[in-house]
Amino acid sequence: MILDGKCPSGPLADKWDNHRRDLKLVNPANKRKYTILVVGTGLAGASAAATLAELGYNVEAFCYQDSPRRAHSIAAQGGINAAKNYPNDGDSIFRLFHDTIKGGDFRAREANVYRLAQISNNIIDQCVAQGVPFARDYAGYLENRSFGGAQVSRTFFARGQTGQQLLLGAYQAFSRQVQAGKIRVHARTEMLDLVVVDGEAKGITVRDLVTGEIRCHAGDAVVLASGGYVNVYNLSTNAMGSSVTAAWRAHKKGAYFANPCYTQIHPTCIPVTGDHQSKLTLMSESLRNDGRIWVPKNKGDQRPAQQIPEDERDYYLERKYPSFGNLAPRDIASRAAKQACDAGLGVGSGRGVYLDFTDAIERLGEDTIRARYGNLFDMYQRITGENAYQQPMRIYPALHYAMGGLWVDYNLQSNLPGLFVLGEANFSDHGANRLGASALMQGLADGYFIAPYTIADYLARTEPGKASSKDDEFRDSAAQVEGLTNKLLAVNGRKTVNDFHRELGHIMWEDVGMARSEESLRNALEKIPALREEFWNNVRVPGNGADLNQELEKAGRVADYLEFGELLARDALNRDESCGGHFRVEHQTEDGEAVRKDDQYSYVAAWEYGGTGKTPQLHKEPLTFENIELAVRSYK
Amino acid sequence: MNLTLHVWRQQGPEDKGRLERYQAKDVSPDMSFLEMLDEVNEELIKEGREPIVFDHDCREGICGTCSQVINGQPHGPQAETTVCQLHMREFKDGDEIYIEPWRARAFPVVKDLIVDRTAMDRIIEAGGYVSVNTGGVADANAILIPKADADTAMDAAECIGCGACVAACPNGSAMLFVSAKVGQLAKLPQGRPEAARRVCAMTETMLDQGFGNCSNHYECEAACPKGISVKFISMLNREYFKALPKLKGNKDA
Ligand SMILES: Cc1cc2nc3c(=O)[nH]c(=O)nc-3n(C[C@H](O)[C@H](O)[C@H](O)COP(=O)(O)OP(=O)(O)OC[C@H]3O[C@@H](n4cnc5c(N)ncnc54)[C@H](O)[C@@H]3O)c2cc1C
Ligand code: SF4
Ligand code: FES
Repeated sequence: MILDGKCPSGPLADKWDNHRRDLKLVNPANKRKYTILVVGTGLAGASAAATLAELGYNVEAFCYQDSPRRAHSIAAQGGINAAKNYPNDGDSIFRLFHDTIKGGDFRAREANVYRLAQISNNIIDQCVAQGVPFARDYAGYLENRSFGGAQVSRTFFARGQTGQQLLLGAYQAFSRQVQAGKIRVHARTEMLDLVVVDGEAKGITVRDLVTGEIRCHAGDAVVLASGGYVNVYNLSTNAMGSSVTAAWRAHKKGAYFANPCYTQIHPTCIPVTGDHQSKLTLMSESLRNDGRIWVPKNKGDQRPAQQIPEDERDYYLERKYPSFGNLAPRDIASRAAKQACDAGLGVGSGRGVYLDFTDAIERLGEDTIRARYGNLFDMYQRITGENAYQQPMRIYPALHYAMGGLWVDYNLQSNLPGLFVLGEANFSDHGANRLGASALMQGLADGYFIAPYTIADYLARTEPGKASSKDDEFRDSAAQVEGLTNKLLAVNGRKTVNDFHRELGHIMWEDVGMARSEESLRNALEKIPALREEFWNNVRVPGNGADLNQELEKAGRVADYLEFGELLARDALNRDESCGGHFRVEHQTEDGEAVRKDDQYSYVAAWEYGGTGKTPQLHKEPLTFENIELAVRSYK
Repeated sequence: MNLTLHVWRQQGPEDKGRLERYQAKDVSPDMSFLEMLDEVNEELIKEGREPIVFDHDCREGICGTCSQVINGQPHGPQAETTVCQLHMREFKDGDEIYIEPWRARAFPVVKDLIVDRTAMDRIIEAGGYVSVNTGGVADANAILIPKADADTAMDAAECIGCGACVAACPNGSAMLFVSAKVGQLAKLPQGRPEAARRVCAMTETMLDQGFGNCSNHYECEAACPKGISVKFISMLNREYFKALPKLKGNKDA
């Protein structure tokens, strides 16, 4: 089936305005009759919940953490982009749009990305009005810096804690609506199913993580803002509870899953130290503004960094990509690091490259570097025990971000009417690779400025209160969730949930990681179902379901990953080209650059669930580019 | 290294709770404190015993979820470090470690090391925000803010809402937490018009929720993983005293 993204026609710059003019409105007096269920309180969910409540709708908000303020968005360090052109260095909405499309290797939707660039400016205004303390210069104006994949300074930041400040801004707007009685918060509550009534999303089934109670909530629309899925690789930079569960369960109820093989590997993480490792820590990409990346030129050079003379170092990014150098996009920088390590040039454990500040410290002084990145240097020291002012940091790529997600149209509505998907949980804006500082932008654009309009259009055509949690569909859903919980508890095998997660992560990293081949993918497609089967026969989940049970929570998430990982590999196998974060070794140039096949793969792959272990059905949404010329992405 | 752990186990809020002893074997100095507990839990599960439950999520020191009192200190011995960022190289072979939940009247124990901190959300709900709706605001550079003020606001805004300050305070006061939000907004022009109402509502809610008052022990500052300074408590007090006369007879000020 050919999918329609429902992008409005007309000139690029007018699409969103024209579309908004055509969207239906809900009469102010009627808004309070509608209830919207928002799953997730990260940037996307909290901003959407706050805005919808301000408009007058009743909102029920859900998150698995103890407080909405702790959503994973809080961890974003580097910054958020906007096309303000305050530094007068040539930025514009069109340039931000252009960089984002090109950065995504021409696998994102033109209309969505242009709208994102337009809205980026409103986001900064909104956040400043909320009291987000962005960095300022001595004249009192906002300060900007540049970020990976861009040659202009368009990134706004708040020390190394931009995500925290943006999320707290949204959480505060959200809290104001809680006080006003327009938002009801359900913290420590996990969504475990989507309820579909007559083909439309009308509710969710949740588990209260403290009491174990399984409950249904009915609403007039459901907003999923549940974040990304890269914990399928086990080790990643994501929070421990980040999972695919909400999106996967919606997929099993009919929502299409788009481009799952697009995962981003971030080049600047602290390397792994051992099997005990539970997560990887990102060092903000802003470090690449002043740090220089290198490895020794000679294999097996064991000397400490300071003793390796300049002419025996390979500053490989500067050498291969002279115009972007250390600021090359993430997929390029990550792959280059892996290539260096695979060639035996890695430092530390062999899985690491240097990120060196010696030159920057000489040029700017240690104080300036400390002012810019002090908290990152402190964090690095806490984790590694090394002082990066005196010796270069060691970094290695790690899984970081999901560009794929549930399929949505231009209205951010999935193929199931009434199900809206925002932020990292949807697929639409980043293509095959995400540039730095653009996820925060997308989450807030979706939540503050897009969904509130488009959801109204759906509600205006819907009678309020159509579904009730007493309906059959809800009862069936609760029974199904209850059944799954009991099944997990009944296995009583010998291996822990973590054992399975580690094994799955290993398969994913080795066979579906930074470089994939038909062979490795076929291999993964054999190993994952086998591991899944073993899981259901041999996992041990202690305790019971009527209690706070963290192993049970994890078990449900890993069970979903064992299904989702297969879809990810299948999508990667289907996409027989290289693009962005998806690198098929069969398709590269002589010097190792990705080769896209636009004539065959310029489409969004949206998968329809066909049953566990069964072949899902592929739907394609063709991508057309009217305002930008498809070009080989070059950062040379 | 090998360690002996004494861990607080409590089935639920009504249970009395007790310390139980566990051995942590072959602990690597590169592990974080929580990874050490993960390994202990893996062993417990394999032995058919219930793992220790504790709160955590980002494991990067920023979400404020992790919350353990280690050897009597909230977030453990390392200054300005959350439990998830505490690494085992801070300990040595043979150490005995006592691990307990946050203790405060306003934070009932949920289970083992997990406490309920929603009282802190209610303080923010009472007024810890600028009352601005989405859309229709001025260009960001229309509001100029002196760099020093923006920096001070940011110093306060770094609070991660973990509640260690409460756990460390002999009065169970949330003053450092409240002052961080009041201080941040007090330094900015955006929130000024509602400043008086904010500080009064937040302070009142703090007391309503069962937190104590400040009597200058400064234990909060010592425990705070983000180094939030007690100078913000003085700022909070100044804001409060400025607000009182304004609020007399005019609840809407
Ligand atoms: C270390 C790090 C640094 C980053 N730095 C940057 C940066 O500098 N710039 C940038 O642009 N981007 C950055 N990113 C990416 C960016 O932070 C995320 O992509 C973005 O914050 C995702 O926001 P979100 O609202 O979509 O989801 P999240 O913030 O992940 O929120 C998900 C929400 O859904 C809830 N949830 C999930 N599943 C369920 C369920 N089943 N039931 C109930 N609730 C559920 C969670 O409780 C949470 O509230 C960074 C990411 C990381 C990890
Ligand atoms: S003031 Fe410090 S200790 Fe208290 S909640 Fe904030 S970060 Fe935690
Ligand atoms: S787990 Fe997030 S601060 Fe410790």
